[in-house]
Amino acid sequence: MTAQVPITAGIETGGGTWRFPATQPLRLDSGAKLAPLEIGYKTYGRLNAAKSNAVLVCHALTGDQHLASTHPVTGKPGWWDRFVGPGLVLDPERHFIICTNVIGGCMGSTGPASMDPATNAPYGLKFPVITIGDMVRAQAMLIEALGIDTLFAAIGGSMGGMQVLQWAADYPEKLFSAVVIAAAARHSAQNIAFHEVGRQAIMADPNWVGGAYLEAGVRPEKGLAVARMAAHITYLSEQALQRKFGRELQRDGLSWGFDADFQVESYLRHQGTSFVDRFDANSYLYITRALDYFDLGAKHGGVLAEAFVKARAVKFCVLSFSSDWLYPTPESRDIVRALNGAGCRASFAEIQTDKGHDAIFLDDPLLDQTLRGFLAAQATARGLA
Amino acid sequence: MSAIREDFAEILKLVRPNARVLDIGCGEGELLELLTREKGVDGQGLEISPEGVAACLARGLAVVQGDGDRDLDHFPTRAFDYAILSKTLQQMREPKHVLSELLRIADQAVVSVPNFGHWKVRWALLSRGRMPETGALPEPWWSTPNIHLCTLRDFTSLCDALELRIDGCAALADGKPARAIDPRQPIENWRAETALFLLSRKAEPQIAAAAPPPQNLFGEVELAGAEPPAKKGRKR
Repeated sequence: MTAQVPITAGIETGGGTWRFPATQPLRLDSGAKLAPLEIGYKTYGRLNAAKSNAVLVCHALTGDQHLASTHPVTGKPGWWDRFVGPGLVLDPERHFIICTNVIGGCMGSTGPASMDPATNAPYGLKFPVITIGDMVRAQAMLIEALGIDTLFAAIGGSMGGMQVLQWAADYPEKLFSAVVIAAAARHSAQNIAFHEVGRQAIMADPNWVGGAYLEAGVRPEKGLAVARMAAHITYLSEQALQRKFGRELQRDGLSWGFDADFQVESYLRHQGTSFVDRFDANSYLYITRALDYFDLGAKHGGVLAEAFVKARAVKFCVLSFSSDWLYPTPESRDIVRALNGAGCRASFAEIQTDKGHDAIFLDDPLLDQTLRGFLAAQATARGLA
Repeated sequence: MSAIREDFAEILKLVRPNARVLDIGCGEGELLELLTREKGVDGQGLEISPEGVAACLARGLAVVQGDGDRDLDHFPTRAFDYAILSKTLQQMREPKHVLSELLRIADQAVVSVPNFGHWKVRWALLSRGRMPETGALPEPWWSTPNIHLCTLRDFTSLCDALELRIDGCAALADGKPARAIDPRQPIENWRAETALFLLSRKAEPQIAAAAPPPQNLFGEVELAGAEPPAKKGRKR
């Protein structure tokens, strides 16, 4: 079911869409079942004979499986390609790197735009509400289907980091090491509030059509763009916005109207409009909901440490960014405190940067150095070096 | 192997193989790496500087970026066999709290402190009336990070107040081998430039009692006022 596509530079890549038959449904936290299940994924490198070099990279809210290869819709480079390549932190010559599109997504995995076998029409709002736990369960199904017992590492930033935490809680025996970047163990009121603004913007767009816009042949582009604009502000720090744009104008003088006078307005509009080309509005609703429902300690009587007691053999690396106000450093410290409380060995570093949450995707030598050091040490411990 | 710092060499001697060790203020992880390599310890560091944390990570050590003054409460009770605090207690805002935290987190604490009762310190004050600048206390008063200096007598009386047992003590001096001492001997309060202590709680909790320290920890010195040595041969 995989489609091997060799690319230049000798890196072996693979992936495609993995289809699980209706007899293998995905059991959801809500009690519902999702079948048939499809998972869009990409791989880089080759699984070694011992099957000990698999690295799962988990993407953030609007990311996808195109970790380090050209995006099929936008034509842009992969979202983390600065970390993936020969000699880089994730090296396809040493690691078998897997990235899956989360369920609920719109890049090949089953989501609200997929066909509902019951109606032969897109799911739309008939798609069941999903959780981070469901996303991880689907990933675990794929990992197993690929013949991998234990991941050398699971790595993710933002929502990807939450998936990594969920992996540690649900599948500790399948995890050797875990890297959690700029994440949180639960969504705060402020996190939920910002997501609610985005969802309301989408649902207020008449082209949303109660979620059935695909049948109606329209797209709620304006609503989705506004959702993206609001969210994008939370990805940047105040300093970064000020440094990038200040009060700079687009052209000489004010328009005395509501055009994009300021560069920051133009930038946000661009972020919004380019986003709608590659993302599905209902996917945005479902995935933000999954994030809002995320509270890893809740299942364990509110004691987060209890979620990690079976993960004592897993080596953790938790990283935060000093200027990230979406998932600020205290959130990461709470995770580390819980890991310590559970008796897990955890490393934690706060990376000094003024780039905000977006620093996950930007060039930061400290992040590079830290990840490299941690993974090299884990590779030695795993016998990969 | 290059020359090892005297205090590291002493700590290396007294830490049991495969012990769980928390190194507070672990810097770039030299000691943890040494303990991991030589004793196979399960180590965890706590370090405030980003450079130190990055260096530890690159060495493959588990390290948490944090402040010993604030972040010790992150660690659960009795999570470690040893908590090590090397030459930084006097820089803590609340040394008494930190000391009792060390022995909440770990069964034994390894703590080294510069001795403000050392004769050079006393002489500097007495003869020149100036704040001392010695090998163990190299910085002038206006830039020193040391805000809570103490003498050996001060330290041992704090241990008494916290009901801690001194399982061993050695005097350290630059370039000289460590010397086992009884820190309660008045002469040592003049002679020891820096002292390294091995501490434990006086009242041993019932569960999972720590193995007794080896008899000949810092040499054959009877510790005045110390508890009678624990029974030999009890091992984990």
